[in-house]
Amino acid sequence: MNTELFGVIITFLLTVLLAMPLGKYITKVFKGEPAVTDFMHPLERLIFRVSGIDPAESMNWKQFLKAMLSINLLWFVYAYFVLLFQHKLPLNPDGNAGQAPDLAFNTAISFLVNCNLQHYSGETGVTYFTQLFVITFLQFVSAATGIAALVGVFNGLKEKTTNDLGNFWVIFTKSLTRILLPLSLAAAIVLAFNGTPAGFNGRDTITTLQGDTVQVARGPAAGMIAIKHLGTNGGGWFGANSAHPLENPNYFTNMFELVLQMLIPIAMIIAMGSYIKRKKLAWVIFGVMTIGMLCLLIPTMVTELNGNPAIAQMGVAQATGAMEGKEVRFGAAASAYWSIVTTIISTGSVNSMHDSSMPLSGLMQMLGMMINAFYGGCGVGLLNYLLYIIIAVFISGLMVGRTPEFMGHKVEAGEIKIASLVCLLSALLVKGGAALAAYMVTHHPEMALTVKPAAWLNNPSHHGFSEMLYEFTSASANNGSELEGLGDNNMFWNISTGIVLIMARFIPVIGPVAIIGILSNKKYIPGSAGTLRTDSLTFGAMTFAVIVIVNALSFFPALALGPIAEYLSLQ
Amino acid sequence: MLKVKRETKLFEPALVHTAIEQSFIKFNPRLMVRNPVMFTVALGTLVMLAVVMWQMITHDSTQGALWYNVVVFAILFLTVLFANFAEALAEARGKAQAESLRKTREETPAKKVVSPGDIFVKEIKLLPSSQLRLGDRFVCEANDVIPMDGEIIEGIATIDESAITGESAPVIREAGGDRSSVTGGTKVLSDRIVVQVTTRPGETFLDKMIALVEGASRQKTPNEIALTILLAAFTLIFIIVCVTLKPFADYANTPITIASFISLFVCLIPTTIGGLLSAIGIAGMDRALRANVISKSGKAVETAGDIDVLLLDKTGTITIGNRKATHFYPAKHVDEQSFIDLAVYSSLADDTPEGRSIVELAAKRSNAHASLEQFRQQHLSVPLTFVKFTAETRSSGVDLPNGTKIRKGAFDAIRNMALDAGKGMPAEVEEKVKQIAGDGGTPLVVAVNNEIKGVIGLQDIIKPGIQERFERLRKMGVKTVMVTGDNMLTAKYIAGKAGVDDFIAEAKPEDKMNYIRKEQASGKLVAMMGDGTNDAPALAQADVGVAMNSGTQAAKEAGNMVDLDNDPTKLIEVVEIGKQLLITRGTLTTFSIANDVAKYFAIVPALFVASIPALQHLNVMGLKSQGSAILSAIIFNAIIIPLLIPLALKGVAYKPIGAGALLRRNLLIYGVGGVIIPFAGIKLIDMLLGTFM
Repeated sequence: MNTELFGVIITFLLTVLLAMPLGKYITKVFKGEPAVTDFMHPLERLIFRVSGIDPAESMNWKQFLKAMLSINLLWFVYAYFVLLFQHKLPLNPDGNAGQAPDLAFNTAISFLVNCNLQHYSGETGVTYFTQLFVITFLQFVSAATGIAALVGVFNGLKEKTTNDLGNFWVIFTKSLTRILLPLSLAAAIVLAFNGTPAGFNGRDTITTLQGDTVQVARGPAAGMIAIKHLGTNGGGWFGANSAHPLENPNYFTNMFELVLQMLIPIAMIIAMGSYIKRKKLAWVIFGVMTIGMLCLLIPTMVTELNGNPAIAQMGVAQATGAMEGKEVRFGAAASAYWSIVTTIISTGSVNSMHDSSMPLSGLMQMLGMMINAFYGGCGVGLLNYLLYIIIAVFISGLMVGRTPEFMGHKVEAGEIKIASLVCLLSALLVKGGAALAAYMVTHHPEMALTVKPAAWLNNPSHHGFSEMLYEFTSASANNGSELEGLGDNNMFWNISTGIVLIMARFIPVIGPVAIIGILSNKKYIPGSAGTLRTDSLTFGAMTFAVIVIVNALSFFPALALGPIAEYLSLQ
Repeated sequence: MLKVKRETKLFEPALVHTAIEQSFIKFNPRLMVRNPVMFTVALGTLVMLAVVMWQMITHDSTQGALWYNVVVFAILFLTVLFANFAEALAEARGKAQAESLRKTREETPAKKVVSPGDIFVKEIKLLPSSQLRLGDRFVCEANDVIPMDGEIIEGIATIDESAITGESAPVIREAGGDRSSVTGGTKVLSDRIVVQVTTRPGETFLDKMIALVEGASRQKTPNEIALTILLAAFTLIFIIVCVTLKPFADYANTPITIASFISLFVCLIPTTIGGLLSAIGIAGMDRALRANVISKSGKAVETAGDIDVLLLDKTGTITIGNRKATHFYPAKHVDEQSFIDLAVYSSLADDTPEGRSIVELAAKRSNAHASLEQFRQQHLSVPLTFVKFTAETRSSGVDLPNGTKIRKGAFDAIRNMALDAGKGMPAEVEEKVKQIAGDGGTPLVVAVNNEIKGVIGLQDIIKPGIQERFERLRKMGVKTVMVTGDNMLTAKYIAGKAGVDDFIAEAKPEDKMNYIRKEQASGKLVAMMGDGTNDAPALAQADVGVAMNSGTQAAKEAGNMVDLDNDPTKLIEVVEIGKQLLITRGTLTTFSIANDVAKYFAIVPALFVASIPALQHLNVMGLKSQGSAILSAIIFNAIIIPLLIPLALKGVAYKPIGAGALLRRNLLIYGVGGVIIPFAGIKLIDMLLGTFM
């Protein structure tokens, strides 16, 4: 078998293999059963005492969300001002400037919401201080927020009837101390040993073979790169992200980072199975997600490995596939796999230039982000999937002649309202944003913005459209990857994507938590032969169909004008 | 038994006529706004009308050809009209059904009893039924039509209820007890009764039901509300799709006409289910009415589909009214034929159903050719002295001319008689008695001159086919519970034989109540049927309480449905009607949304192929031209509504095959079918249009 393909398969299998014990461990942590990390207990107690938290206090869904949202607001204010004044703060050996207000707004939100859309370049746009105490800090807490929200939902599903989703502060703290910190530490050490910098020295100057001198940015990057993947954040230390030789030095680190980013999303599915004692449901969800991933991955792999037909027409052989924008040390297959993994799970880190992917790959990447529930981001992926389940439960419940039920609770107007609103939101944000951008480019190309709309697009026609669509899709999916042909560090993009980011993060988290909060408070109805089982293959297929139909209906016209038009024109 | 057919044809000309009239009246915006999906289509139609008028005045050609816009306008108008027609037809059918019941009770003369306070003596005054008020009393004699619903307070009468139930056999109604209720429109056949009016005029169950069907008081059910929200969300998504398409098209340098935008929008929003939604709901109530069940709300019908537990009375539901003789067990040294003869003699005087069944069985055993009457006469050929059943002897029988005393009775009564006379108790007979009792039967022992000769076994007869019905219910996930006054042993045996899941033996009224409470506490929905006043609390407590029309007023008030046929197995039908209602909504929603895939493939390439020729590849149906592609899509979208009216009104068939299998089946038919059918339909319409365009 092709070694490149073999590498991809091994990477995936390794991820699942590691996620299984991790999932069981996560269950133990949140159930409070004895686990290997119990030595963290005194530290947690200290944190609770200092912060005045009563770990025994239970929260209903409103209190739970209030705690989550208020702490997030606090972090946003903190991050915004530190980024604004970073040049006045220590740990700035390269003398980088403070961020402009619109860029700081975008950056603060982008990292707060686990998106990591970077409208700056890590080498010049931030200092070591902000890299560590804003960027890396937010990468930890945003991932922990996602996990905490999901565990809150688990708590609602675990009991027959309850209004207790657990204590947000306790779950949040434990996500950090028991999961993210220890795993990141171990991962950072592995990366450091493979050549990722981990020191505080400023830029190095080296002399190349040609005799030029080149400045090479450095810094304490290994730790940040570990959490960037573990927490499905994706924001790189360096501008080139994981295509950069210091951020992702070799094929092994490439595999390693691939495993890292998918680890927690899959582990959370397994944890769900054992935490709420519905293993079969968890495996059906895992199966649907995996099939979904394969549906996106296989066309991408095929088109990338076959190379660019336009180049083939020139009579150039492409034995290694479409290599434009890809790193030779990773190859077409691993880059194609990465591009799908990073888009379905909302990491948004890249090891190749997505702008140079084949149009079909671009289509698959965008679909991955639009669906945003095939594994999905840290904690939030399953929350998104839950919304699709609610809609699937409703329609299929009617189809079997019973008021729809999910896990023994009746799904009624209130829950449907929330689920449809959230599904509506992504269509609104992606298409609304792209429409606004297209309108600006067409009707006000010379408008006096910091950068004129006419200058946003480095590519004309369909691809230019894809770039704008991708940017908003990425923002709405809290993904963070971009098609870099777009000039995006300016007022329009910073503010518009900033707003999209914050809405697309919190509403899809509030929605499922509220739904489960309301559902779990309802009377529990034991199942019978007339009850539709949500852990059956049929229902899995139904959910898959709902995902496909909802997204196809929402996005088909836009995709037809972007990547589909581009793909068909290339044939 | 004669059953009046209550089937009306789906498109009964008279009803269609009313429905067409109504479908224009329903364009009233205040009515339209109740249905968000169709309301947006109506708005789109208005916009097209404005475009057409603008073009006629200014001869502006940027919006495409005038004739084309007129056609689009006409199709959109038809789309709304079809949806209105579906609703109107469902209403008309429901109303016709209710009216046919109501007609029976219009303006009949009533013999009102004027109370002694008014005038000096009790006096009868003749007045039209419409002037009767709550609490009034009236008299009905033989051949009178009962003018109003009420409760008999004096007398007993046989009543012909065929006008309501379609059942020609007369029934007996009497004051006091659980069979004291009479319905307006039914006819007294014999005797005289005094009835007290129990409802205000215009507030009978039938009046309520008609109001529900007419829409004035029609409340959306919880599932209908949730579905409307989901459909509204889909509509909003498509508003976003269409609005954002304008800047996208500008970017791609493609002008899109208003007609195309509106066509795309109308095609995409779930008009099929949106147009049929209320028709489906009304049809559900109508189906209940056709089954002779009056539902007090649409919600009750819907809840019936969710029922987890069914409480059924044994007598009349599971077993045929009375016990019947099934076996003769002679004692040792008694040959069977002579024992059968003894059994017949002992029962000749016994005119109870049990006694008659013994003679019947004996006739069948002894002489297959002779009729029952001949058989009886044979035995009556000798002069007999009948000994009637008395409470003291607890036995009955005959004395033959030669002085032989033949007696039949309960086991302990006959045993005591035999022991007193110094005769023994044969062990094998005692054995048999125990066995019969253990099998849920009733043993009757026969003795001649105090000598025990054998035992007759009587059994409850389980209704034929009832096991299959319970099996069907089990597959639906409904648990059946038998309620009976029998002892534990008998109840258990019959429960096992009939295949019910649970039973309540030696049941008192409060036991039903407690059972319902217990099931409800564990989250289950319970349905029950009842007729007596002491059933009323349980009927009120149950999630679906079906009161028999013959039952007391209290029971009818407490339940949320009334069964005009007084048929205890009706509950099973009601559950299926409820399920069918939900399934019809679910499958048509799926079908409607699945249709959009084909419509996208018709319209999106048509819109953009001029500026992006590569998109021609998406025109998988090979539609002729841009114009015909869009027209085909909206024509398909419009005509699918009337095509599905029969399905919406009749309901999608419910198959009790378990939830998983049912989902697979419906997903395959309405989901996959919903994707494929419009591809074929649109292509076909395009080919037809091709001959004109």
